[in-house]
Amino acid sequence: MSVNMKAGQTGAPDISVPARSRPRWGARALKWLCAFSSALTLGILLLIVLYICLNGIPEFFYRDEAGVFRFKSELFALRYNSRNLSMLPALINTLSMTGLALLFSVPIGVGGGIYLAEYAKPSSKLVKLIRVTAETLAGIPSIIYALFGMLVFVVTLKIGISMLAGALTLGTMTLPLILRQTEESLMGVPMSYREGSYGLGAGKLRTTLRIVLPVAMPGILAAVLLSIGRISGETAALVFTSGTGTRIAGLSDSGRTLAVHLFKLQEEGRAVGASFAVAVVLLIVVVLMNALSVYLAKKLTTKG
Amino acid sequence: MRGLFLASACVCILAVGVICFFLIANGLPFFRQSSLIDFISGTQWAPLRNIFGILPMIVGSFVITLGALLLGAPIGVLTAIMMARFASNKAVRLMKPAVALLAGIPSVVYGFFGLMLLVPFTRNTLGGDGLSIFVASVLLAIMILPTIIQTSEAAIRAVPESYYEGSLALGATHEASVFRAVVPSARSGILSGIVLGLGRAIGETTAVLMVAGNQARLPSGILQGVRTLTVNVLLEMGYAADLHRESLIATGLVLFVLVMAVNFLFSFINRRRVLQ
Repeated sequence: MSVNMKAGQTGAPDISVPARSRPRWGARALKWLCAFSSALTLGILLLIVLYICLNGIPEFFYRDEAGVFRFKSELFALRYNSRNLSMLPALINTLSMTGLALLFSVPIGVGGGIYLAEYAKPSSKLVKLIRVTAETLAGIPSIIYALFGMLVFVVTLKIGISMLAGALTLGTMTLPLILRQTEESLMGVPMSYREGSYGLGAGKLRTTLRIVLPVAMPGILAAVLLSIGRISGETAALVFTSGTGTRIAGLSDSGRTLAVHLFKLQEEGRAVGASFAVAVVLLIVVVLMNALSVYLAKKLTTKG
Repeated sequence: MRGLFLASACVCILAVGVICFFLIANGLPFFRQSSLIDFISGTQWAPLRNIFGILPMIVGSFVITLGALLLGAPIGVLTAIMMARFASNKAVRLMKPAVALLAGIPSVVYGFFGLMLLVPFTRNTLGGDGLSIFVASVLLAIMILPTIIQTSEAAIRAVPESYYEGSLALGATHEASVFRAVVPSARSGILSGIVLGLGRAIGETTAVLMVAGNQARLPSGILQGVRTLTVNVLLEMGYAADLHRESLIATGLVLFVLVMAVNFLFSFINRRRVLQ
C-alpha cells in the first residue's frame, strides 16, 4: 500500500507493496461470483435432497388410532394394486434389471478394456474406431436407446417387451462406461508389476488376469457401481423395452423398475405421497452407489 | 483369449452400427410419403390428420437447451474455478462428492422435484400454468451443472503451474493470475465441457417431459409450454402405429443427427486442444 510522502517528512522510503497488487475491483467481484456460484450449486443439491427427504420419509409412516407412529407396510406389499401402491415389485424388478444388465455389460466391457489396455497397438485403426464408437455410445441420449431397444430386441429379435429386452438395452448403454474405466484402471497399473510377473515366467494371459486385473479392480468396481446408479435411475430407455408391468417380473415378463414406477405414478396422476416415498428410495440407492464408488476410487489412488 | 477380448471390444462398433442401421432403416420409409423439408419445417403436428411437422419440437429443443446453457454454463464454470483455484482443500473434499451426487440423481427424480416444487413456485410468482420453457430450462441447467463443473475443473487443473507462477512473478495478484492467465489457457477444455453439457441437455427426456407442458406448437414466450424432440418420441411411441410410428422414428433420427453433430463438435474442440 503506498503512503503519501509529504514534503519535509523524514523516515524510511516507501517500500510497501504497490497498490496494483491489491486485487482490482473486477477481480475481487469475480472471485465473489465464484464463491456465490459454488454456494448456489451446493444449495441446489441440499434443496433437492432435503425437499425429497422431508416430504418422503413421513410417507413411510402413519399414525394409528392411539396416535403411535407405525410403519406403512402396505407400501411393501407383495402385489401392487391401485390402493396400496406397493413399491416392492418395482424394487425387486430394479434389482433383477440391474443384475441382468450388468451380466451383459461387465464381461464385455472388462474384456474390451483388457484388449485396449493390454493387447492392442495404440496406433492401430481398429483401436481408434473402437475408441470413437465407445465415445459415441456414451453420448447417445437414452431416448435413442429406447428406439434401438424397441426396434432391435423387442421387434426384430422378437424378444417382446420384457425384462430381457430392457436389460440388453441398458447393457449396451452402460457398456462404454465400464469399457473406458477398465482401460484407464489397467493403464494405471505400473509396468513393473507386469515385468515382475513375466520375469517369474508367467505368460501374457496369466499376468493380465492374475496380476494386473486384481490391482485395477477398485477402479472397475467404481465403474460398476456408477452403472448400477444409472440403471436404477433410467426411465426413458425402459418404458418401451421392459415396459410398465406392475408385477414381480421374470425374464420374459414386462416389469417396471422403481424409476419407471415413479414416472408412471406421476403420469397417471396417482398419490403424491407414494411418489415421494419412491423418490426417497431412489435417492438412497444413488447416494449409496456414489459413496461406495468414491470410496473405492480413493482406495485405488492411495494404493497406486 | 486374445480373440475373445478383441471381440468384446468390437461390440461397441457393432452396437453403433446396429443403432445407425435400425434408425435409418425404420426412419427413412417415412420420407417416401413426406419430404424431409416439409417434415422439419412444418409448424403443425397433427398425427390424426396425417400432418407431421416437427419445427415446433426442433425450436423447443433449441430454446430449452439455450436457456439451460445460459443459466448453467456461467454457474458451472465459476464453480469449477472456485474448486480448482480458490477453495480450501477441505471445501474441495466436500464439493467433489456433492457434484458427483448431483450427477447421479436420476432424471425422473429431477423431473419429480421440478414438478412438485419449481412448477407451482413459477405458477404463483410469474404466472402462467408453470409447466413452461422457463422451468424446463432451470431444471436442465441444474442437471448439466455437474458435467460442466467436472470437465472445466479438470481443464483448469491441467494448466501448467508455470503459467500461474509466471503471472505472479510479473506482479499480478492471485486473483488476476487466475482470471487472466490460468482460466484463459483452459478455454478450450471449458468449452468442451459446455458442449458436453449441451449434448446432455438436447438428449434429456424424462425430466423435460414432466415439467415442459409438451404442447406441440411454436412458443411465444418463456412461460409457455413447449415440446422437445425427445419428448415427442417418449410421449407418443406408446400408442403410435403405421405412418405415425414411422414419423416418430424419423423424429428420433433427426435428434440422432443433432446429437452426432454436437459430439463431432466436442471431439473437434478436444482434438484442437491436444494439438495446442
